[in-house]
Amino acid sequence: MKRFIGFIKKEFYHIFRDKRSMVILFGMPIVQIMLFGFAITNEINNVDIAILDKSKDSETQKIIAKISASNYFNIENKISNEKEIESIFKQGKVKAILVFEKDFIKNLQISSNAKVQVLTDATEPNTASTITTYINAILQNYQQDYNKIQGDNYQIQTQTRLYYNPELKSVFTFVPGVMTVILMLVSAMMTSISITREKELGTMEVLLVSPIKPFQVILGKVFPYIFLSVINAIVILTLGYFIFKMPINGSLFLLAVETVLFIVTALSLGILISTLAQSQQTAMMISLMGLMLPVIILSGFIFPINSMPLPMQVISNIIPAKWFIIILKAILLKGVGIDYIWKETLILIGMSFLFIAVSIKKYKIRLE
Amino acid sequence: MNQEKIIQVRNLTKQFGNFIAVNDISFEVKKGEIFGFLGANGAGKTTVMKMLIGISKPSIGEAIVAGFNVNTQAEQVKKNIGYMSQKFSLYDDLTVKENITFFGGIYGLSRDEIKRKTTILLEELVLEEVSNHLVGSLPLGWKQKLSFSVALLHEPKIIFLDEPTGGVDPITRRQFWELIYAESHKGTTIFVTTHYMDEAEYCDRVSIMVEGKIEALDSPKKLKEYYQVDSMNDVFLKLARNIE
Repeated sequence: MKRFIGFIKKEFYHIFRDKRSMVILFGMPIVQIMLFGFAITNEINNVDIAILDKSKDSETQKIIAKISASNYFNIENKISNEKEIESIFKQGKVKAILVFEKDFIKNLQISSNAKVQVLTDATEPNTASTITTYINAILQNYQQDYNKIQGDNYQIQTQTRLYYNPELKSVFTFVPGVMTVILMLVSAMMTSISITREKELGTMEVLLVSPIKPFQVILGKVFPYIFLSVINAIVILTLGYFIFKMPINGSLFLLAVETVLFIVTALSLGILISTLAQSQQTAMMISLMGLMLPVIILSGFIFPINSMPLPMQVISNIIPAKWFIIILKAILLKGVGIDYIWKETLILIGMSFLFIAVSIKKYKIRLE
Repeated sequence: MNQEKIIQVRNLTKQFGNFIAVNDISFEVKKGEIFGFLGANGAGKTTVMKMLIGISKPSIGEAIVAGFNVNTQAEQVKKNIGYMSQKFSLYDDLTVKENITFFGGIYGLSRDEIKRKTTILLEELVLEEVSNHLVGSLPLGWKQKLSFSVALLHEPKIIFLDEPTGGVDPITRRQFWELIYAESHKGTTIFVTTHYMDEAEYCDRVSIMVEGKIEALDSPKKLKEYYQVDSMNDVFLKLARNIE
């Protein structure tokens, strides 16, 4: 019995003195609960919408004011004609557009069918549903109040239209998300052990002494993995297309270019992790555990980012996956060209440069 | 013997924050000699070597290696020296031939040269049978010899060996030193660090570092005479005791 207890004591020493175990035991559950707690929500907050008010009368103004006052919606834009609808959705600036038909008051009082169109960007089907429900609720509420005052029974009719995903297929949000997360994790994991492996083997030193330049080493480590990741991407897209009937509305070429760009970003992140980690095991752990949760939660893959508290929204901006999901959905579902996603593309390019530059710098530091 | 100096070190110092790892050392290595760089663990040997091979910048002072200044011409230094590290520095999951091809390529050898040298190397080391085997499957002694030869592919004037005989039995060590002798006869300068004092006997001249400074530099014979002992081991012990 004493031997057994002695052994258990030793194990406790190991656990408490190993920083990694402590992080996993205490750090991770806390982080996970915070992340999931704040991220999982079926509510919507501050969703950006646009208004097309063809009547511009006192009643429409009241309704708009009511919507604007609620915490659920933020009126981002007021557009003046239907031609702008397509463009504003493609830009991804708003998740819904409310269209008030002409002669709203007249239609309301005389024919009792004042129409409001609720156009939603259904590339996030759950958000679209929720938006529709909330708008309907607000309109119903308004209708009730109005009828109380007027002492009558006027009706507001809502028509909903789902853009890009009329059947509200969740797979349309699923496939781009899965592709992004898998590419990110696999690419980062693959390259993360690349440099640490050389360190562990001792061959790193030999490379440092040899005439090969630091940037050649770093870039040379990224390149082979690009081919492998591209194959990965093709498999996922093919499966999505043939089995889940995922549309590819945009240019295949643009899709290819953007995918390679994201792969490079993910690989560079892996290399960066590799220069920072001390051992292959650590590198693997950081890229798998350290990246997986934030990427899944903060990329907008499952949980819409707009509904999260502000700090999380800010952090989500540094997750490359977030930007690629926007790009993917835009190309696959909305069929946009580079003119609508240039901002996100530039961000990914910038991140790649940053990761590679820091990696080269860290690699060079070993020379000092 | 050729008196040309292949390494000239002047006031070389390396500081890490407040800690002075290498304290103002100066010495010279003649072309073609086997120069032993000895010292206890932590004395500063590895730090000096890192500066001489161009991967660490001196805090103060300079070193001219194979005609190039490590401060300003580190890239040139790297091209003109060979290096074999403690861990033998070959890729275990590449074959013998693949390792030779890779390192040959990095040092700028043409495909024909690599081909030619591969044949010669395999013959000399009697590794033809295992040329397509993974290096990881070779016994330690063979890896060592291969590592040494690969470091010499680009025919550098000087080769730096960082504790090359760690972990092998005395017979294998002796065989390795025969390789070193053979190379030295060709005119290549050998700069070797070791903490096996018996290997110090094989060198033309030896320097002993203690706590960042060079406390002795001469041929083994003269050192033994000076300290009136019979072996380099005893020279080292006497020195260590003197310092205390």
